Amino acid sequence: MPSVTFPARFDFLDEIREFVADVARANSFTDKDIYSLQLAADEAASNIIEHAYEGVTNATFDVTCAMQSDALVITMRDTGKPFDVSKVKQPDLKADLSERQIGGLGVYLIRKLMDEVHYESNSRTGNLLTMIKRKG
Amino acid sequence: MEITTQEFKHCDLIKVKGRVDSATAPEFSKALEKSNDNSHFNIAVDMVELEYMSSAGFRALLATQRNCKRYNRGELVLVNVPVRIKEALELAGFTELFKTFDDTITAVGSF
Repeated sequence: MPSVTFPARFDFLDEIREFVADVARANSFTDKDIYSLQLAADEAASNIIEHAYEGVTNATFDVTCAMQSDALVITMRDTGKPFDVSKVKQPDLKADLSERQIGGLGVYLIRKLMDEVHYESNSRTGNLLTMIKRKG
Repeated sequence: MEITTQEFKHCDLIKVKGRVDSATAPEFSKALEKSNDNSHFNIAVDMVELEYMSSAGFRALLATQRNCKRYNRGELVLVNVPVRIKEALELAGFTELFKTFDDTITAVGSF
């Protein structure tokens, strides 16, 4: 599967969202699903840039996006600090304004927007996030 | 992303166009903070030409809503929320934290 290397910078989020949208559009995903995929990819990439590569300059990470049978599979591989999205505490959505947590929202959205989210961290090959959205 | 702020007697109308993500959210935050810095705590955010907003933008809205509502001095409301962004706000559990309006005249008039 071809992978695209992106600089770990927020100004490349536009390109990452377009990369994912192009594949989703080519595979006839609905507008709603395309937006969901773009949002999930953005939130995941933002976390890598902000947390995995915190304080690191000139870092890059690899993104793949392709259909596997009836699902679109997005992977992101980085070599920064492990950041396991599956272990981030779910924000309390019933909390009122003053108690509402500012963090953890991106990860929560990723889990809600995608059908499956997997994370593995390996000291040799780095961190691999896999996000899957089935069609329809 | 492009932001324009219009000052009315009872509120600031902040129009945000384009895309708000981690790259552009700091500038969006700054525009919201500027209203608060001018002691304007009634804010209507017009999203009619907003294409995209990630959680970075949601966080800016939340932080400003907290600041506006402190001491009951005001409120931030949302206007013309595009359907995709509305769905994402719902998913984030944010819809009950913000009043929404379908047009700017009603929103501005609500203050």
